[in-house]
Amino acid sequence: MTDADTIDQRIFAILKDHARLSQDVATLTADSDLYRAGMTSHASVNVMLALEGAFDVEFPDHMLKRSVFNSVASIREALSQLPADGA
Amino acid sequence: MSYPPVIPPSGTDALRCPSVPDLNGTRLGIDIVQISRIQASIDAFGQRFLDRLFTEAEIGYSTAVPNQAAERFAARFAAKEAAIKAFNWSEAGIDWRDVEVRKQADGGCHLALHRRAAALAGPSHDRVPLSLSHDGDYATAVVAVRET
Repeated sequence: MTDADTIDQRIFAILKDHARLSQDVATLTADSDLYRAGMTSHASVNVMLALEGAFDVEFPDHMLKRSVFNSVASIREALSQLPADGA
Repeated sequence: MSYPPVIPPSGTDALRCPSVPDLNGTRLGIDIVQISRIQASIDAFGQRFLDRLFTEAEIGYSTAVPNQAAERFAARFAAKEAAIKAFNWSEAGIDWRDVEVRKQADGGCHLALHRRAAALAGPSHDRVPLSLSHDGDYATAVVAVRET
């Protein structure tokens, strides 16, 4: 399993707990549109906060965009650009 | 028609028009938030949730009456999201605290914009018209902006 697979698993777990999707997370792929899957703007805030806690990062203002949280793949890409707060 | 109304998930085609088209240079944005879910977010994330979304003034006002805090936060979050839709800022990278709900002496509210939000909106939007409401477990907000 690659590092990307591991990160995706963690993201999917966060989505399951916080995204309040209208469909089972297990049916989604890394490129699935999370907003089409039922994630609201409020739920995306919860996902963001959960991601920050889980990965020890903080999303800067320029990443507070709908597209950043649109899919597991886009979230993974955003996380790859962020230093861990402990770094 | 069933009662209570069945609201489809926001990701469905039925709700993919968050703001109406230009009406004589005026754009509208609207958002609705479930108050109990705001409370759940506060319970889950605590002060991190509040500090990330709201200014000190908004937190002070919303918590002034503890049993109304969740509905006040919910209405204010709805207002921020409505503004983002009205201004078409979903890809602009706007900090929620830069869109601030301010209470007026007459009991109404307006939005004050700060930093990047203020820069993008321009000086003609120093007080953005806003209307808030809540009923039961839902809070909603409507924002109107005039394009310059």
